Amino acid sequence: MSAPLLITFDKVWKSYGEGEARVHALAGVDLAIRRGEFVAITGPSGSGKSTAMNIIGCLDTPTVGTYSFIGVDAGRLDRNRRALLRNLYVGFVFQGYNLLPRTTAAENVELPLIYRGVAARERRDLAMQALAEVALIGREHHTPAELSGGQQQRVAIARAIVTRPTLLVADEPTGNLDTARTHEIMELLTRLNADLGLTIVMVTHEADVAAYAERTIRFLDGHVAADTANAEAA
Amino acid sequence: MIWETVRLSLRSIRRNVLRSFLTLLGIVIGVAAVIAMLTIGSGTTEKVKADISKLGSNLLVVRSGRPAGPGGPGGLDQVVRPLAEKDLAALVAHLTGARAISPASQKQVRVIFGTESLTSGVTGTDSAYLDARDWKLVSGRPFSDSETRSGTGVCLIGQTVRQQFFGAGDPEGEIIRVNRTSCKIIGLLEPKGYTGFGQDQDNVVLMPLHAYQRRIAGNRDIDNIYIAADDTTPTSELQPRVEDILRDIRRVTADRESDFAIRDMTQMADAMASATTTMTGMLGAVAGVSLLVGGIGIMNIMLVSVTERTREIGIRLAIGAHEKHILIQFLVEATVLSLLGGIIGILIGLALAGLASVALTIPFAPSPAVILLAVGFSAVIGMVFGFFPALRGARLDPIDALRHE
Repeated sequence: MSAPLLITFDKVWKSYGEGEARVHALAGVDLAIRRGEFVAITGPSGSGKSTAMNIIGCLDTPTVGTYSFIGVDAGRLDRNRRALLRNLYVGFVFQGYNLLPRTTAAENVELPLIYRGVAARERRDLAMQALAEVALIGREHHTPAELSGGQQQRVAIARAIVTRPTLLVADEPTGNLDTARTHEIMELLTRLNADLGLTIVMVTHEADVAAYAERTIRFLDGHVAADTANAEAA
Repeated sequence: MIWETVRLSLRSIRRNVLRSFLTLLGIVIGVAAVIAMLTIGSGTTEKVKADISKLGSNLLVVRSGRPAGPGGPGGLDQVVRPLAEKDLAALVAHLTGARAISPASQKQVRVIFGTESLTSGVTGTDSAYLDARDWKLVSGRPFSDSETRSGTGVCLIGQTVRQQFFGAGDPEGEIIRVNRTSCKIIGLLEPKGYTGFGQDQDNVVLMPLHAYQRRIAGNRDIDNIYIAADDTTPTSELQPRVEDILRDIRRVTADRESDFAIRDMTQMADAMASATTTMTGMLGAVAGVSLLVGGIGIMNIMLVSVTERTREIGIRLAIGAHEKHILIQFLVEATVLSLLGGIIGILIGLALAGLASVALTIPFAPSPAVILLAVGFSAVIGMVFGFFPALRGARLDPIDALRHE
């Protein structure tokens, strides 16, 4: 693999609290992810995987060390610049879908475009295109309450990819879904990774979900315990 | 973007109709009170001005007693030497620039016709009175000079008296009893309506001065002398002439103050109008306090709204909303809410003022400036009181906000 580096952690520490009660969620993590990779981050609770994901998604910053994203020192940016970075380059998919309630699928998908200042007509077209990619045409006027869990997660994925981001950050994307739906969603993510060249960083604690990725990074006590290429995907 | 945000805020207001309505109530009541107060106030001012000009334009009123401020009592602290017929005669003989000079003595007296009775303002005067006060007869005739001089029992009645005793019928030639004396109706006065202070100007009976003095008052005094200036003489010029003549005839020496007062009705109109305006302003200010209370209500509900929608704010921040986007969203929501309250308040306020103008028979005088001001003010209240909650929402940490249940 010779694709350029997208994400690098250089001795990243993330600490909470003061003095005796100080806790290190990340304790000197080095990490590199290239463009186009599909990476699963696993590990038990408290291992630091969520903290790492928040930093990768530019939601959080390291206490010590350097986080660089698309060549930018993202760990040093203020919150509004990071918001801009997220808006331009990152899409998020969450375990609990996190769609706006009482708001239609299409409107949810349009949301990131509003903050980009895209005109209404173009927004609608882009949203329909994204909904087509997740096979939800015909459901665009349904509110989350009228959609199944799998459908809601597909709306969330459409919302994440509507801006054509460089990176998709997925936090336990199948955590609330049954096996059949899980397979469906993972197939979709795999396809987006292959077709759009979308870099995906996915946090999961399920080994069979992690197996869809090309590479698995295992966290333990704030360190990277294992970083392995997955056989079947390679 | 802004339109998008306005739509969003309207939707969130609709989602909590009852809550939004209760929040609005403070603003609605505040704005309605201010609008009603100011509208009724300016109507009253107009009415007062109109009344006083109806009283007779360019009118001076002379009464006995030391000069006092407009509307104030005429020197209660001294023994008052009343005006007398020789004063009137001197004015008639020597005053130039006057169109009409007329005496008037007044008293509230019970008037009886058949089994009906009514307490009316009975005025003893002469034939020049109608001219001095710009008052016309609907039917009949004024007193003749001989009737004035001899004090014949004849009278002119106002519309209220006619309504009470005769309904729509013709009162002419009927005999009414005023106090203990009989009086034949010879004419009907045109309607004048109420004064700005709710006094019925049509509840009157006019009779010849001598008849009034002899049969009602029991003395030879004259309460007031009305002097109407002619078209070319301003009242300010007429006033010193009146004063000179009266000081002379009443033998007021140069070192003493006049023992009578001359009031210029034009000045009085201005004074009363300004008094009404002050009153209106004060009531408006009191009503304005409720706007402040309404603003606090908006702040309260916006804080609740931000807390309730913490997760939504987290989602928006995560997908790339700038702090200012969140700030604007909640500011617009607070402003729309308060503007909505303002508009409802204006409608209610105007309706109240409309009802009041019918009830008090004052002109309905809504002021576009006041309405615009109310709209602007309610929008500003929304922005000011919505700012702190909005800022709180905008400053949320996206990670914490997303974790919020």
